[in-house]
Amino acid sequence: MRGRRQWMVTITGALAASMLTIGCGKSGSGDIKPDDPAKPQGAAPVPAEWKVGAYLGLSGEDSAFGVDTKEGIELAIEQVNQAGGGPKGKPIKVLYEDDKSNPQEANNKVLQLIDRDKVMALLGEVSSARSRSGGIAANKKKVPMITPSSTHPDITKIGPFVFRVCFTDDVQGRSGAEFILKSLNKKKVALFYASDDLYSSGLAKEFRDELKRLGGEMVIEKSFLKKETNFTTYISEITGAKPDIIYVPVYYNQMGIIARQAKAAGVAGEMFVGGDGWDSDTMLADAGAEMDGAYFTNHYAPDVPWESAKAFRTAYIARFKRDPSGLAAMGYDAAKLLADAIGRAKANTSEGIREAIQDTKAFQGATGLITIDAERNADKPIVIVKIKDKKFTYYGTVNDKSKAAAPPAPVAPAPAASGSAEPKKN
Amino acid sequence: MAMKILSALITGLAQGSMIALVALGYTMVYGILKLINFAHSEVFMMGAYAGLFLIGGLGGESSPLFAGVVGTLGAMCLAGALGVMVERIAYAPLRSRGRNRANTRITPLVTALGMSVLLQNLAQLLFTAQYRGYPKLLPIQHTRKVIFGTAITVMIALELFVHKTWTGKAMRALSMNVEAARLMGIRTSRVISMTFVIGSTLAAVGAVLYCLDQSQTYPTMGTVIGTRAFVAAVIGGIGNIPGAMLGGVLIGIIGELTKLTPYSGLQDVLVFTVLIAVLLVKPTGLLGKAGIEKV
Repeated sequence: MRGRRQWMVTITGALAASMLTIGCGKSGSGDIKPDDPAKPQGAAPVPAEWKVGAYLGLSGEDSAFGVDTKEGIELAIEQVNQAGGGPKGKPIKVLYEDDKSNPQEANNKVLQLIDRDKVMALLGEVSSARSRSGGIAANKKKVPMITPSSTHPDITKIGPFVFRVCFTDDVQGRSGAEFILKSLNKKKVALFYASDDLYSSGLAKEFRDELKRLGGEMVIEKSFLKKETNFTTYISEITGAKPDIIYVPVYYNQMGIIARQAKAAGVAGEMFVGGDGWDSDTMLADAGAEMDGAYFTNHYAPDVPWESAKAFRTAYIARFKRDPSGLAAMGYDAAKLLADAIGRAKANTSEGIREAIQDTKAFQGATGLITIDAERNADKPIVIVKIKDKKFTYYGTVNDKSKAAAPPAPVAPAPAASGSAEPKKN
Repeated sequence: MAMKILSALITGLAQGSMIALVALGYTMVYGILKLINFAHSEVFMMGAYAGLFLIGGLGGESSPLFAGVVGTLGAMCLAGALGVMVERIAYAPLRSRGRNRANTRITPLVTALGMSVLLQNLAQLLFTAQYRGYPKLLPIQHTRKVIFGTAITVMIALELFVHKTWTGKAMRALSMNVEAARLMGIRTSRVISMTFVIGSTLAAVGAVLYCLDQSQTYPTMGTVIGTRAFVAAVIGGIGNIPGAMLGGVLIGIIGELTKLTPYSGLQDVLVFTVLIAVLLVKPTGLLGKAGIEKV
């Protein structure tokens, strides 16, 4: 019976969405203003300003992520425009659109930004589902798009115009295995993941394969349904197998519950290792004490040691009066990298900018040294974060090709494709 | 292994008695109105939010006993009020105007679906989709005992209420024949409201205990327990109060035992297979009586 209700919701939603599309499609094509500036072609001159569109979930369920990302972008653009008036002496103007945390709306907004506002490049989205629907539109219209933080491997496979500045889930899963075996020196591993969640099961698969390849021992593997809330039986099953460490690639809201129940069953926080889905202050507030000593792979930590990150953090605190989140850092990097590419572009067109983004090598962002690889993913260090005193603290890096990484023996670089993380979306 | 099964059984019993608390709301309303009140899971969710804000406002972790008890009572009152409101706004007008017309079964059902979607979206607007954790009032080991104790007490009280009081008698009369009950001088609309109050209050108790034990509060949380509670009510025989308890405990225990197998990711498949199997063998549910449909 409940199924019937969900069908109702789905059908109603689909109807509403399709009506919206039809509506927008019509108005979009009719609305083109001939006097709109700068539609550069061929050996186009430098436009009076660089129009960039940003589509983000500024309202709706994931608005916290959208707002953080927007603040990161704002900061980056302010800095770029102050330094020498912007790329090639012209300022960048970012047009923000709210996609209401809805994939269909993301697609509409991207088309609107391209058709009506004539943007030359796009920034967005956080969630992989929305980056996907926006990316398809951008790629079709041949406008380059950079997603700050969508980690699903498929996103950049959409086509040559879609890029990202984060690592992908497959690299992240492999790095998790390497970190456990080589840096932590734990051999007996338990895996605990949500079988019906794409992010969780995707990370689990990469982790499992890499662990096998590196010769680790998987003592037990348990999967649960993502709406599960009672983990007592699972936890006693897992502790019964006596693992040295438990890899739990899930979102922060589940991890908080798992940690609380694990603590009640006598499992200490340092038994857990996870992925970037943990990166949320909510988890710290709910289960910070229970998770003391746990590690996870992430894009960023507030106290990462490189200079660019420190400068970013100082500027961010000065501007917004609070510590930047990982998402703000990713938004900042995406905008900075785009500005850098616009400055380097040989032709002042969308295609020229696309080529410049593709050619990005060793770009120094707040989240580390970023190189865009042939697959349009970011090849960059993965930060290992340790939870200490209810805070996320920097512990080290893996997949770092630039410098000898921080304290604990870093691991060899992971093969090709860089990852993307799904920081706390959904 | 035996120990593991035993501990899974105990966990399942606690989990199941909580599901049963919510299942009672479905079963009581169905018993009287023959209406599946889909909005019940949303009342559960609203109860959880009410508990969250009240417990937080009353001091939370600094005065666990006071905040816990008063907060739960407050949440019960608010949920009860919400339940009656839903009934008065959405179901009662349909009942009075739709009397003696053909679609009196389907229309309230669709209205119930609508109420559920409405409340869920309302919660999203009011509280945002953010996940919010309850304060830690009790160590988790103890919340399980509290859940079990509360559920047993509530169920015994409910049985006594239904069988020993005048209101209970009126409820039973209504479930047999609303028109005849009205002719006997029972104020049917008052009794129906009472049913909604009791069901919603129990859902709020279930919601607060659930959140203290194992969940965060978020707008779609109602569906998680709501689906299982509804299945429990059907397995036990919908309309039957002891049946809802039996169904709840059964679902809880099956769920926990599945987690011991390598097929834990398929938990819902097994739960629903049991539902279908039970209904095939006994279409009225385990304790349901095959009554004569009165027209």
